[in-house]
Amino acid sequence: MNTNTTSKTAVEQAHNSWFYATKPTGATLFLRTFLPWQLWRFIAINLKMVGMIRMSHRSQRR
Amino acid sequence: MARVVVLGAGVSGHTAAAFLRKWLGWEHEVTVVSPQPDYNWIPSNIWVGVGLLRKEKVVFPLEPVYRKNEIDFKQARATALYPDGIDGSPQPMVEIEWTADGRAGVRERLPYDYLINATGPKLNFQATKGLGPGGNSLSVCTADHAEETARVFLELVARMKRGERKRFLIGTGHGSCTCEGAAFEYVVNLEFELRSHGVRDKADITFITNEYELGDLGIDGVHIRRGGYVTPSKIFTESLFAERGIESLTRAHVRAVEPGVAHYETLDGLRGEAPFDMAMLLPPFSGVGLKAYAADGKDITDAVFAPNGFMKVDADYRKKPYEDWKASDWPRFYQSPLYRNLFAVGIAFAPPHPISPVRTTADGVVISPAPPRTGMPSAMIGKAVAHSIVNMIKGGDRPSHSASLAEMGAACVASAGANPFTGTAASITVFPIVPDYERYPEYGRDVDRTFGEIGLAGHWIKILLHHMFLYKAHLWPGWSLIPE
Repeated sequence: MNTNTTSKTAVEQAHNSWFYATKPTGATLFLRTFLPWQLWRFIAINLKMVGMIRMSHRSQRR
Repeated sequence: MARVVVLGAGVSGHTAAAFLRKWLGWEHEVTVVSPQPDYNWIPSNIWVGVGLLRKEKVVFPLEPVYRKNEIDFKQARATALYPDGIDGSPQPMVEIEWTADGRAGVRERLPYDYLINATGPKLNFQATKGLGPGGNSLSVCTADHAEETARVFLELVARMKRGERKRFLIGTGHGSCTCEGAAFEYVVNLEFELRSHGVRDKADITFITNEYELGDLGIDGVHIRRGGYVTPSKIFTESLFAERGIESLTRAHVRAVEPGVAHYETLDGLRGEAPFDMAMLLPPFSGVGLKAYAADGKDITDAVFAPNGFMKVDADYRKKPYEDWKASDWPRFYQSPLYRNLFAVGIAFAPPHPISPVRTTADGVVISPAPPRTGMPSAMIGKAVAHSIVNMIKGGDRPSHSASLAEMGAACVASAGANPFTGTAASITVFPIVPDYERYPEYGRDVDRTFGEIGLAGHWIKILLHHMFLYKAHLWPGWSLIPE
């Protein structure tokens, strides 16, 4: 649990708890907060969600 | 004239009461009974719990809203149902006990023609020794709990700024908990805030959960088409934890919480201890303990309610192994099979079984998530039941509108850090909420409609939803145009 790595070798530091997990690249992280891209995603995600909500509401009548 | 009584003023009950008032003529009465004087927009309690929002930003008094909209409000808790009437009268009644100052403890019986049980959960902290506020851990289940959690968190941040190292244990406080999504939101928000305060390097964060795999969320996870693969939510959640340096303990049941240490066991029977300086552990839920009596006074609670205290509705409650679970087991109309004028919505209805497979230790301890039924589905159930009751009052012989969790989708936004420029949130759509393996044999869900993405846009949507749903809950002009 301790993230203090001062006394660990390079190999030990690399093989931490998250060595086998998928991790985002720098480009992915950049896009997550890149305003022009996120403005587009804001529109796209809203459209997806509105579509989901409309579809779920349609299924309500007996 | 018909009288509809709604027990509870959470997302589901409040939605049902608002639509009943909107759709029923003024000759009909709508009464809401809630032990709390305030409405709480619970999803934003996460931000109260890390000190970003004050409690006042997520609660508001119900009485003025209901008075303005001619909904009768009684600040009381329901204690017993008399669905066949009492004392020789066939008039169905509900017994309530006032909680408002000045009348606290006074009991009263309310007649009803239709009743919606929207009492939500009892926060069952007693299930784990030492769990919860008043014990040795914290919670964000109520605005007051979240405020106390923020106070402790900010105290620790101040000490970390003075150079001390601190351990945070966040997650579920019992093997049968639900709301893993809320625990996930809290841990990633806490991590984000520690970075914002410049003390992330002084913190060890561990997420402890009853999920079999991270990302299960009580809905058996989701599969998302992304980057040329159909990928389970486990991978995305693990990735976020790896990116944020959050350790995880899965398949864990917290047995007891002592000052500074949680004792847990895992599905494979291992026992361990998780030390902490601050623990935010969610409790399991149970029904609020409503009783039911026949006209002759006979206790019929076991017939009306499931053993966990939630109300039985039109679901298939026969015991079945996981392999035999079906989408059609789930209720469509939320109507009691015994009483046509009795409904249960939101968390108050008894699910037929969990959504994730039930797993137990060799000693029989259940370590698997209970099904979540909050947020958008909860509101949609409330609205569908309101619609059905209105139609029945107008002469219909049966409920007209369904809202099965196996037939509807959900849109959910899980905050992963709140900042207008650097914050992120996971935006997720799932269809259907309860997997239907007969319709979608491979994953149980439509992967074209099931979607997930993390980014700043999600945070903006979360902010938008916070304001939209609080606006809607105030029943301000145009409230009904905002979808559930």
